[in-house]
Amino acid sequence: MSLQKPLMRGMLGKRLRFHLPIAFSLSLLAAIAFKYAVTEPRKQAYADFYKQYDATKEFNAMREAGIFESVRTGKVK
Amino acid sequence: MLATRALRLIGKRAISTSVCVRGGHGVAKVEDYTLPAYFDKREEPLPDICYVQTLSPEQKSLKEKEMGSWASLSNDEKIALYRISFKESFAEMNHPTSEWKSVVAGMFFLIGFTGFVVLWQRKYVYGAVPHTFDPEYKAKELQRMLDMRINPVEGFSANWDYENKQWKK
Repeated sequence: MSLQKPLMRGMLGKRLRFHLPIAFSLSLLAAIAFKYAVTEPRKQAYADFYKQYDATKEFNAMREAGIFESVRTGKVK
Repeated sequence: MLATRALRLIGKRAISTSVCVRGGHGVAKVEDYTLPAYFDKREEPLPDICYVQTLSPEQKSLKEKEMGSWASLSNDEKIALYRISFKESFAEMNHPTSEWKSVVAGMFFLIGFTGFVVLWQRKYVYGAVPHTFDPEYKAKELQRMLDMRINPVEGFSANWDYENKQWKK
């Protein structure tokens, strides 16, 4: 009958040696993908927005629209 | 204590023969559920007792034969000895069942039933919605959000074209 002796030890080590490199590389890949798909475009969007941003103009537009409670609408002076 | 441990190795229900004396008032009845029981568990490979407690004559003679050299046992006898000690092999006890199908079916059914309950609630329990949900009010809210320049970089107001007063294409 004699069966082959089953695996008695080293199972965790074997599993880790297989899965840890995969886990680390996938995590690294996820981080890199997130950086270049999300954070870089976002930084660029903010940079582009503020390149053409006129704060005073925006403020006056908001004031005319009447959303402020402490600034009167209509240009005084 | 040591005696019961030694007997446990053979796997007999030795505890059943020990008596529990109640401080001079008599002997307590030993309940069945207080004795060690047999369980097939992957996490506990050696149960407390053998599966077969009362051996038939053939099994008794097999146990006698087990006392001698194991090389003289045939494969069938080895399997018979295994089946005396254990009910199911690891392969049998770990065999997947189809129970998950019933579970998932039950889940879906109850979720669907919950849908009916929600519909009934909406009709018979809840009152009218506040006036702030009227379309005109919502339009005024939207205009106010655009005036306040909510999320002008990537979000809400970024999609509004302020020159042409419409949503950006």
